[in-house]
Amino acid sequence: MTASTGTTGTTGTTETTGSAGAKGSGKRLEWIMEKLNGGLVRAFLIVVGLFWLVPTVGLLISSLRSPEDMSASGWWKVFSEPSQLTFDSYRTLLENGDITSSLVNTVLITVPATVLVVVIGALAGYAFAWMEFPGRDWWFLGVVGLLVVPVQVALIPIAELFGKIGLFGNILGVILFHVGFGLPFAVFLLRNFFAEIPRELLEAARLDGAGELRLFARVVMPLGGPAIASLGIFQFLWVWNDMLVALVFTNADSQPITVALQTQVRQFGNNIDVLAPGAFISMVIPLAVFFAFQRQFVSGVMAGAVK
Amino acid sequence: MTTPAAAGAPGAPAPPRSRKSVTGTRRTVAALFLLPALVLLGALVVYPIGYSVVRSFYDQSGDGFAGVDNYKSLFTDDGIRTALKNNVIWVVFAPTVATALGLIFAVLTERVRWGTAFKLVVFMPMAISMLAAGIIFRLVYDQDPDKGVANAVWVGVHDTFAESSAFPKAHPGRDSPLRPEGGGFVTETPVRVGVPVSLPLVGVAPDQMPGDAQKAVKARPAQGEITGTAWQDFTRGKGVGTLGAPDPSELGYAGMRIEAVKDGEVVASTKASDDGTFTLPGKADGAQLRLPASNFKEAYNGLDWLGPSLVTPAIIGSYIWMWAGFAMVLIAAGLAGIPRELLEAARVDGANEWQVFRRVTVPLLAPVLAVVAVTLMINVLKVFDLVFIIAPGSSQDDANVLALELYRKGFSEDQPGIASAIAVFLLLLVIPVMWFNVRRLRREVRR
Repeated sequence: MTASTGTTGTTGTTETTGSAGAKGSGKRLEWIMEKLNGGLVRAFLIVVGLFWLVPTVGLLISSLRSPEDMSASGWWKVFSEPSQLTFDSYRTLLENGDITSSLVNTVLITVPATVLVVVIGALAGYAFAWMEFPGRDWWFLGVVGLLVVPVQVALIPIAELFGKIGLFGNILGVILFHVGFGLPFAVFLLRNFFAEIPRELLEAARLDGAGELRLFARVVMPLGGPAIASLGIFQFLWVWNDMLVALVFTNADSQPITVALQTQVRQFGNNIDVLAPGAFISMVIPLAVFFAFQRQFVSGVMAGAVK
Repeated sequence: MTTPAAAGAPGAPAPPRSRKSVTGTRRTVAALFLLPALVLLGALVVYPIGYSVVRSFYDQSGDGFAGVDNYKSLFTDDGIRTALKNNVIWVVFAPTVATALGLIFAVLTERVRWGTAFKLVVFMPMAISMLAAGIIFRLVYDQDPDKGVANAVWVGVHDTFAESSAFPKAHPGRDSPLRPEGGGFVTETPVRVGVPVSLPLVGVAPDQMPGDAQKAVKARPAQGEITGTAWQDFTRGKGVGTLGAPDPSELGYAGMRIEAVKDGEVVASTKASDDGTFTLPGKADGAQLRLPASNFKEAYNGLDWLGPSLVTPAIIGSYIWMWAGFAMVLIAAGLAGIPRELLEAARVDGANEWQVFRRVTVPLLAPVLAVVAVTLMINVLKVFDLVFIIAPGSSQDDANVLALELYRKGFSEDQPGIASAIAVFLLLLVIPVMWFNVRRLRREVRR
């Protein structure tokens, strides 16, 4: 990897500074090059940053214009006519019963799916970290193996299963599905975190007469705070943002906001006044969570890279 | 940091020590702690795997054994083949581009003070749903350059560099010496040296005329050259102005391209000046003059981003928008773990920045880069929402991917056998990674 690259890298700068005669001008040249490079780097990053911001800004502004303005001109026209901005689309959208009830559904799905994954994952993670039973490590490795199983594999079998036991179209079914597919990561992350808890802490609590459940609730869970926060945020965003699972397992009454908006995309173009504000509303909570808990989110993403 | 997974465990790897139970747990207690997780995993993850494998060998109704028929259709069904082909494109390009961008961003942000703000901006799309990202990019890729920002920029760039002298609706008027040919116009008769040529056209709206067009001027005869005028032979008002000769109110076709053609070959070409006059060398004597089709093209309208040929690259672009931040953050974490002395030592030895990057930074980051790329590959195999949302109905077949085809076969075309075969195929693709995860963890667990 390193040996074959000699041709590309060796440019003039090192040689200029190396030659004894032109040392002074070489230094100046290098200084100019450095300033120039610094400027180029900055310019490049600013352009890239704009590239990353513009699409989202476009959506936000589109959601704040009337459908008439949207069909007449591009969203960037507001920079010359700021008076076009209006909250009308949001007002109409929030009076739309389908959208508001789907927002409620999103919350009803996301919160339990997150809490359940954390609790069930923590119980199992603790057992894998600090209890003794035959084949403990093999069971754990089995769970780790499930980390990369694509959700697609389960769609058809679970749809048939839920159909048989009456969970199809039911919010509970979607929650269970998300818990099932959130658990491998939860167990993996929490077991690794709990295993680092100093033994002395657990023993001290034990000597005070704490039972297994008490030990778990009073010592392990509080100490696991950072990992639980990462896991919780990660799972929360995953479930909140999910469309595929909900698309399969919910019906018109139980669908979350992603599915409700998805049905609108079919007529893209003449319903931008629903799609743009709808998409933005669906983004507000994830973005708030993201900005409020950046650090936990990053460590969750890093730990979840295998998912 | 060796892998992101290891980074999830807090702190440095602890020295080997016993994790024997401090409570001397009874097995029933352990079982109770594990039961909820194992039941759910068994019912919702393990059972479906087994079910899919079995189901993939049965026909669509589920009654008859079908052998490997469903797997055969993976390679014969047109929809699935397109999906496979697109998945290959996705797996090759999306992870590599996202990883490369992540590496570049991670290295460059270290050099500016507002690097953290930049990272925040690039990382932010990770937090939003693919549905929202899909809607965002449906807007970006809108065909109409007055609505879609991608085409607005593209058309802007195109018009800056391309020749702007287009006369979309120009055509010969009454008694014209020109006849249409191949989208352009050509003179009926050959031209002669010393005889000024008239190339009158009509039909260009006044506000569409080039800004630098000036009053049309009748060309003077010249020795050894062919001269002439191309202009808008129309004066407002019925019967006003002379047909076939420039009037004071008529404008020249500034920038109109003119070719002299002999026996189908272009022997000379020029462009009309602002007053519509032009000059061709003497060798064009006896040629016919042609106003090629490029003069009359409709205004450039940008690329059809979501049309059949560009839709997959366009969607991959939106995926990279979402995931480059992920690569950047992981790589930046790896970068922070590189000892600064190594980079300094290389600089002291006279290496320039590029050499330091290429010979020191990248090799040291290789494990992180590999993990990022592999993670993205797994992720890309499962991409569904973006394609489902961004590809319009008309080009969804062209943008098809396996995860989407699975959904279609399973839930709208009622072919669960084939859908199960796709599911098993996807699972087979991730098994190497599964095996790798387990093997790496087995060493850690057994300390």
